[in-house]
Amino acid sequence: MGQFQSRNEEMTNEIEEDDGTEDRGPVVVQRSSAALTFRRLARDPASVIAFLFIVALFAFAIGAPLVETWTGHGVITQYRETALSPVGLPVGPNSEFLLGGDQLGRDVLVRIAYGARVSLLVGVMASLIAATIGVTVGMLAGYFGGWVDFVLGRFMDLVMSVPFLLAALALVSVFGPSLPLSVSVIVFFSWTTIGRVIRAETTSLSRREFVQASRSLGAGHGYILLRDILPNLALTIIIYTTMLIPNAIVFEATLSYLGMGIVPPTPSWGGMLAEAGANSIYLVAWWLVLFPGLALLAATLAFNILGDGLRDALDPSARGRAVFRKKKKSEEG
Amino acid sequence: MPLIEARNITIRIPTEDGVVHAARDLSFTVEAGSLFGIAGESGSGKSVLIQAIMGLLPQAEIEGECLFQGQDLLAMTQQELRALRGRHIGMVFQDPLSSLHPYYSIGRQITEVIHTHESVSKDEARRRAADMLEKVGIEDAVARLNDFPHQFSGGMRQRVMIAMALVLQPPLIFADEPTTALDVTVQAQIMDLLKRMSDELGVTIVMITHDLGLLSSVADRVMILYAGHRLEFGPAASVFGTPAHPYTQGLLLSSPGISGPDEALVSIPGRPPSLLATPRGCIFAPRCGQVQEICKTPPPIRRYADGAEALCHFEPEARGPNDDVAIAHTAPAPGTAPLVSIRNLHMTYRIATGFGRKRDLDVIKGIDLDVIRGETLGLVGESGCGKSTLARIVAGLTPATGGQVNFDGTEVSDLTGREWRDLRKRVQIVFQDPYGSLNPRRRVGSIIGAPLKIHGLAQGAALKDEVRRLMGLVGLNPEHYNRFPNEFSGGQRQRIGIARALALKPDLMIFDEPVSALDVSIQAQILNLIKELQAELNLTSLFISHDLTVVRHMCDRIAVMNMGRIIELEEADAIFANPREEYTRTLLAASHVPPRPVEPDHRQLIASEPQQGAM
Repeated sequence: MGQFQSRNEEMTNEIEEDDGTEDRGPVVVQRSSAALTFRRLARDPASVIAFLFIVALFAFAIGAPLVETWTGHGVITQYRETALSPVGLPVGPNSEFLLGGDQLGRDVLVRIAYGARVSLLVGVMASLIAATIGVTVGMLAGYFGGWVDFVLGRFMDLVMSVPFLLAALALVSVFGPSLPLSVSVIVFFSWTTIGRVIRAETTSLSRREFVQASRSLGAGHGYILLRDILPNLALTIIIYTTMLIPNAIVFEATLSYLGMGIVPPTPSWGGMLAEAGANSIYLVAWWLVLFPGLALLAATLAFNILGDGLRDALDPSARGRAVFRKKKKSEEG
Repeated sequence: MPLIEARNITIRIPTEDGVVHAARDLSFTVEAGSLFGIAGESGSGKSVLIQAIMGLLPQAEIEGECLFQGQDLLAMTQQELRALRGRHIGMVFQDPLSSLHPYYSIGRQITEVIHTHESVSKDEARRRAADMLEKVGIEDAVARLNDFPHQFSGGMRQRVMIAMALVLQPPLIFADEPTTALDVTVQAQIMDLLKRMSDELGVTIVMITHDLGLLSSVADRVMILYAGHRLEFGPAASVFGTPAHPYTQGLLLSSPGISGPDEALVSIPGRPPSLLATPRGCIFAPRCGQVQEICKTPPPIRRYADGAEALCHFEPEARGPNDDVAIAHTAPAPGTAPLVSIRNLHMTYRIATGFGRKRDLDVIKGIDLDVIRGETLGLVGESGCGKSTLARIVAGLTPATGGQVNFDGTEVSDLTGREWRDLRKRVQIVFQDPYGSLNPRRRVGSIIGAPLKIHGLAQGAALKDEVRRLMGLVGLNPEHYNRFPNEFSGGQRQRIGIARALALKPDLMIFDEPVSALDVSIQAQILNLIKELQAELNLTSLFISHDLTVVRHMCDRIAVMNMGRIIELEEADAIFANPREEYTRTLLAASHVPPRPVEPDHRQLIASEPQQGAM
């Protein structure tokens, strides 16, 4: 018995739906679902690393002016004497330019820091707006069904079938490139994913008996949607919004790469890659591709891993992993 | 020689929430050719035990031994077990729809079992499959071999499952709740079939069930499980006739068929313990009516001369049903005006069958029914007879396609939005599923207070006070105001549902199978509560159930529904005394009531020994 008691201390007791376990017995500790989620997340080292990286990235982006003062290099200032070689080629990483200089003699480190601001701003903002639209449309379509569902569903199909680059090109040539336009284009092309998922979940939720019960109490549609259905969608919304961020970051980089996003000389990761590609300067200056590319890769990877980790932690029934991991532990003990 | 000899089986399952002690120190023997029953509430460990024996629980830690024909099943490798499963041990599961593969014909699924274990020709296998189908009562078996599972009804599918389990003529069959998913009349047929197969083919059947009534009619020996402990074990006659454990006695007495209509049911207070940590003494002590100081120590196994064994310090006091605790209830005087009157009600669903064709499905085919003020009207019928649809129409949740529903002078079918909202204050439903009908993301206080808030009847402190009053009324602790539904057990959740329905002080309460999702020992608590509330608040109610014994206990008049029609409507006692319709008689014959326990007169205790492996 002793060994089980000691193991019980590090375990938790969340009451599941059907097993009838209750708060009886001195050894069993009850934890809130938030604490439980956090514990599950903390057990997954990849998620923890991804989370720490994202925190660091935000700090890096917010502290971009500090990087500027620390290095003493302005973000759009050209250092023709020190960052360019006598023949006019950029210098590689050295003690003054930690990540090297670019073809115009600017500091790549400072530009990556400012580029992170653009990427995160666009990524987070576009995902939040896209999630809001997607959730609203999805809930309306799923809850009302019938012709509302038909109209909204076909509209989502329509949006999904518009070629992204062609539409972006057309819009930019009409309105000219700008940050708000980038965000709008990204939102327009990414809300449908979450919209579809929310629609499907709302459809199944609105057939649940508690919605029937609410209706039989005389609740209106607004009340049912906001008080009964929306709280039950919280997990899905959190997970999918997290997953939207890396997509938005890549979208933004793509737009900037094609010269349709952020207007130079404002730095952005996609724009930096584009400049490295132009004139084949990357053939002699590998750091112009490597560092912005790495930044982009690491940021998207971190958000994706965190999204995956969140899904597993919030919805443990999706995988039987937790149980087997416990077993291994108990064999060791 | 016994076919199965299980000794000291202990099962621990490590889960995220802690180690679940699913079974502790279980020993039992099953004689060849007998029908052995394992009974218990949900979470008592009965299914886990069978899965562990069959080697289907790879992540569990299992101790003890289980000898089957002299071999220890628990020590076998997966390969050896695979050779054994199907060939020597057959299985019948609870839900025949999900355990048959929807994509293959049943002939193919049965012959696959034969081919896996024996090398026979295709024709030979098909011939044997057809033979077995014929034996389990499927007509025209050769032709039906090519049919798919969805072409069979629920009862027929269960027959196919039984044929599949029997086709290799194994000496042993495990049946895990084989009739729970079926209607009452079909249940009886399947039980007869299992019993007949056991007699004809000499198969030993180990049956798991929560239904003591069913078990009492067929089993030879019975084991009663509770929270992974074997509380009682012995020949069916002595376990059901003179239960030696207070738990068994309580379970038997809590069946609504045993108490008279005006008596409160004998209920077992409390709820089953957590399996994560169990008390050191008697597992049942917290809920036992005869608990004493000694119950804090592990109880001994007491063996009686008639073969019964019980895990208890005492012999139980003989108890009868609560003859003294009668609930006063007066049926309404004849001639009282009806609250609801239904005339020639029809309900037809249009089903699209693809390619634009539509088919009409008549669910309700012309019903006339009056619910008189102050009475409890029971509505009985098997699944699919339209009783829930009728309830929804009366509540105004679904519009009928024809006929009139008159609620206290107003026509339900043609209400304006505002009138419809007002009707909501007067008719309320208690739903069947206590898990699905409460929003998992809202606190209990908010759930019970929702109707008051929606109709603007109370706010702030007044709302909170009213919710607390309602919680007290249905026997919930008002301190639990801020908890979420998943912190409550099924019975408590149903109390929350009842409190919510009562909040608006409705004229008519509709109970849609309020106890069918609950365990036996909890059912009685909820039925008593409903009965008390009916008497206290003078409720008019429509009580829907598939269980005749429950309806008889609760209702003044009973309407029997079949195929969308009401075929018989009579005073409750009259229906039981002399049913007019053939269908009612079938329903009555199919409902099993466990025998009323009798006084143990000359029972002899032969041994009382401490449990092995007791802490």
